[in-house]
Amino acid sequence: MSATQTRIALRNCGVIDPESINDYIATDGYDALAKCVFELKPEEVVDVIKKSGLRGRGGAGFPTGIKWETAMKTPSDVKYVLCNADEGDPGAFMDRSVLEGDPHCVLEAMAICGYAIGASQGIIYVRAEYPLAVKRLQIAIDQAKDLALLGDNIMGSDFSFNLRLYLGAGAFVCGEETSLMNSVQGGRGEPRIKPPFPAVAGLWGKPTNINNVETYANVAAIIRNGWEWFRSFGTEKSPGTKVFALAGKVNNVGLVEVPMGTPLRTIIEDIGGGIRNNRRFKAVQTGGPSGGCIPAEHLDTPIDYESLTSLGSMMGSGGMIVMDEDDCMVNIAKFYLTFTAEESCGKCSPCRIGNQRLLEILTRITSGEGEDKDLSELDELGNIIKDTALCGLGQSSPNPAISTLRFFKSEYIAHVRDKKCPAGACIKLVGFKVLPEKCTGCTVCARNCPVKCISGKPKQVHSIDQAKCIKCGACMEKCRFKAIVRG
Amino acid sequence: MVTVTINSIETQVPEGTTILEAAKSLGIHIPTLCHLDLHDIKMVNQVGTCRVCMVDVEGRRNLIPACSTLVAPNMKISTNTLRAIRARRAIVELLLSSHPRECLTCERNQNCELQSLAAELGIREIRFKGPRLHAEKDTSSYSIVRNKEKCVLCRRCETMCNEVQTVGVYSAINRGIETVIAPAFDLPMIETSCTFCGQCVSVCPTGALTETDDTQDVWSALANPDLYVIAQTAPAVRVALGESFGYPVGTQVTGKMAASLKKLGFDKVLDTDFAADLTILEEASEFLHRVQHGGRLPILTSCCPAWVKFFEHSFPDLLDIPSTCKSPHEMFGAVAKTYLAKKLGIDPKKIVIVSIMPCLAKKFEAKREELSQTDVGRDVDFVLSTRELARMIREAGISFETLPDEEFDDVMGESTGAAVIFGTSGGVIEAVVRTAAVWLDKDNPNPEIDFHQLRGMQGIREAEVNIGGTEIKIAIANGLGNARRLLEDIRSGKANYHAIEIMACPSGCVGGGGQPYHGNDIEVLRKRASALYKEDSEKQVRRSHENLQVKALYDEFLGELYGEKAHDLLHTHYVKREIL
Repeated sequence: MSATQTRIALRNCGVIDPESINDYIATDGYDALAKCVFELKPEEVVDVIKKSGLRGRGGAGFPTGIKWETAMKTPSDVKYVLCNADEGDPGAFMDRSVLEGDPHCVLEAMAICGYAIGASQGIIYVRAEYPLAVKRLQIAIDQAKDLALLGDNIMGSDFSFNLRLYLGAGAFVCGEETSLMNSVQGGRGEPRIKPPFPAVAGLWGKPTNINNVETYANVAAIIRNGWEWFRSFGTEKSPGTKVFALAGKVNNVGLVEVPMGTPLRTIIEDIGGGIRNNRRFKAVQTGGPSGGCIPAEHLDTPIDYESLTSLGSMMGSGGMIVMDEDDCMVNIAKFYLTFTAEESCGKCSPCRIGNQRLLEILTRITSGEGEDKDLSELDELGNIIKDTALCGLGQSSPNPAISTLRFFKSEYIAHVRDKKCPAGACIKLVGFKVLPEKCTGCTVCARNCPVKCISGKPKQVHSIDQAKCIKCGACMEKCRFKAIVRG
Repeated sequence: MVTVTINSIETQVPEGTTILEAAKSLGIHIPTLCHLDLHDIKMVNQVGTCRVCMVDVEGRRNLIPACSTLVAPNMKISTNTLRAIRARRAIVELLLSSHPRECLTCERNQNCELQSLAAELGIREIRFKGPRLHAEKDTSSYSIVRNKEKCVLCRRCETMCNEVQTVGVYSAINRGIETVIAPAFDLPMIETSCTFCGQCVSVCPTGALTETDDTQDVWSALANPDLYVIAQTAPAVRVALGESFGYPVGTQVTGKMAASLKKLGFDKVLDTDFAADLTILEEASEFLHRVQHGGRLPILTSCCPAWVKFFEHSFPDLLDIPSTCKSPHEMFGAVAKTYLAKKLGIDPKKIVIVSIMPCLAKKFEAKREELSQTDVGRDVDFVLSTRELARMIREAGISFETLPDEEFDDVMGESTGAAVIFGTSGGVIEAVVRTAAVWLDKDNPNPEIDFHQLRGMQGIREAEVNIGGTEIKIAIANGLGNARRLLEDIRSGKANYHAIEIMACPSGCVGGGGQPYHGNDIEVLRKRASALYKEDSEKQVRRSHENLQVKALYDEFLGELYGEKAHDLLHTHYVKREIL
């Protein structure tokens, strides 16, 4: 399994003691910073990052070198380096592993960035829900300061770079870079209109480079090993590796780091060890709550930013949830919309109202109250929200609905026209019935029914009162003769 | 200059122009809702929240908000692609889907930007249906009613309150569909540092922010034969009321206003301007008293109740510099319930004073405990905004347009030109200076009367006036943000003036929060102000101390200027308040 993985961002995680700067230094830590400060000019550093083709690992995949270059070229007395460590996607813990397992690699990269763009102040915006990460980052900052690897006159040079932490208060939208900056400034976490981009006018209106944790985790390795080395991994347009949080119905769950361009199938079947309990693969959801669901026919797609986007999903920060035939795709879309509708900051109308209406349509469909026109409205409204919302949250939140409607339309139709949930997941559309030929009249089902809606004398065929049934499934679970089935 | 193409028409616009402005320069209209640019008063709401003004820009993946996107070289913009039209309609449908749609009973019916937008886009059906926010109205404040259900989150109130007025009451709270614009912790308005200037109401596109309706109480009072109901009208009302009846902006309708108040059944129709003259005499005396007795300078005017509440919250350390004079309509009430009651032989407890004001803060002011007299009750019983008066006139079926002009009733109905200009920024201080110029320069046979250097709309103005060889340094601010800047300079000792006039609303009372909606056109305020100066110039008597009825009031009742009785009835005190 690990043979198919390539660890760049996670290179030190689990290998070194994250609370020991000596451990980090022993793995050539801070060599890259020293190389930059003493051997390279800022524009040379930017040039290496540009040539490496490193793209933002937080979701959109914007070329990191171009961000740095813009921030470098925008004249200003004060500039900032920000690290987005507000990893908010449910189930994602890529950044958390780096912060907890190798905090210095983020610090070193931010200092390199500071040197490159001409900034002497950096802020790591880390969510307060990561107490261990916060603790280890603070230890790392203090240790680096003690050794003059951070602070004033780093390693005796003219370059100074001070870092501090800023703890997020739990709003998902603060993972969006402009909302994050508003939050650091003490305001409400709400996105700003772009342009101007942060590299031109960011924190307190000053040029600001903002990257996420995993992006920074690649930087020191690129400087140390050269951009050609980095480009030897991954694809032409998406060089390097990507860390995914593999979860769901696969045998092996956890973090995986693979070269870009690795097919989804490799991750799910080889690294993930295939689907649990010999069930059939149905879809893989990538990109967090605003990603899309990719069906089996696209499993051989090589993973990169463009291919995932073309499938109506996205790279996102690297969430990857595998689903099997017991998962209802309409219900899954509803699940994600519940999250994004609640986490919308409410600033722009399409995201605030539109996502709520999408959620209501999905709720109707999963409750058996859907109509044919709900399907066209879901599609139209979803696309309009994508087209008009102010920030990345709103522009991507309809993805789960749109992509499932695209790839699993028959499931939607079954809900709407036949009032059935083929996966048996939508509780209001599920029914249970007794197969007379298999029922032995053992009475176990009747005794286990919490609402006493199963009747029948011992040794005679039992029956379920559909009007009273709450569809909990206890009877089916308890029946030893497989005499109770959905239907 | 930047070259752009909009709907296949190439044009050149200055750098920094928005797509919306560039389109407008070509006569291309792009529908908007949240956007509001009143740059004359520095009220620019460019937050891009409603997403109604979305346009197609070649090479851009998503639609672009025209109001908040600057043109870029060679941009190719299409305002009416099917994609843009459909998106725009869907956005308006979404906004309507979460709106109460109670247009028939809404105060803003036929005067609502959301309603107009739905009509403009020809919305005939709302496809996206779903529950909407249900929230209690906030009626805690006497001045402003907040109805969150009707809020479209355009953020204009927030921009106005935070950036222009620097009061900072509003911000977004909660998330998702529950998001509302509200005071911190959703506190009731009465518990906040709101000054009730009502500028948020002036810019609200819907019925989310409106004035507290006092018309029903006034109808009841008018219908009660035991009560003696007196109306008094502020100067700024007479140059704005006509707008509600289709008159061109800036038309004086003083005569028709007096006539319609009589038709409504008021027992006496009098003029707050009378009390404005009285205010000048008291304030000028107070000023001279401070100068002669080494009192604290500058003296600050105190006729604007929003300004008063603002400094109580924000400058509690400077409570000794504003004049202690009550505002004119409060002085009027105090005098009417004593002097006039005696003159008319009416039990003051039966007198009901109704102030017709361009202002919403006056409603709160009238409820201040300190502005009342033992045994007589409050100085002023009810305050109606200009808009409320217009509604009452309409409801009563009075044909405003064909009504012959009438005069104010006698006693406390006479006023001078100096009082008329109270309604605009700079007017109060000019009125003071007119009187001071005579009092301080007794030998001058021909004292100046028009002080043009004190007039204008600019937020902060400074002027020096030479009276009998003495240079008097004057500052004028309109808008609370400007007032804050001025006050901070005074606090830090950077600025040094003799007298300062402050009005909370842009342009002063002509731009008050209770005036007919200006339709997002600042020119309206300018025209109203000009109408006041015109009325002033047409008056025979233009100096407050020459008001014979006021003189009679002192002779018959008050006695000495700034004397004991005057103190009792015409002066007040201020309280420290916290910021919330």
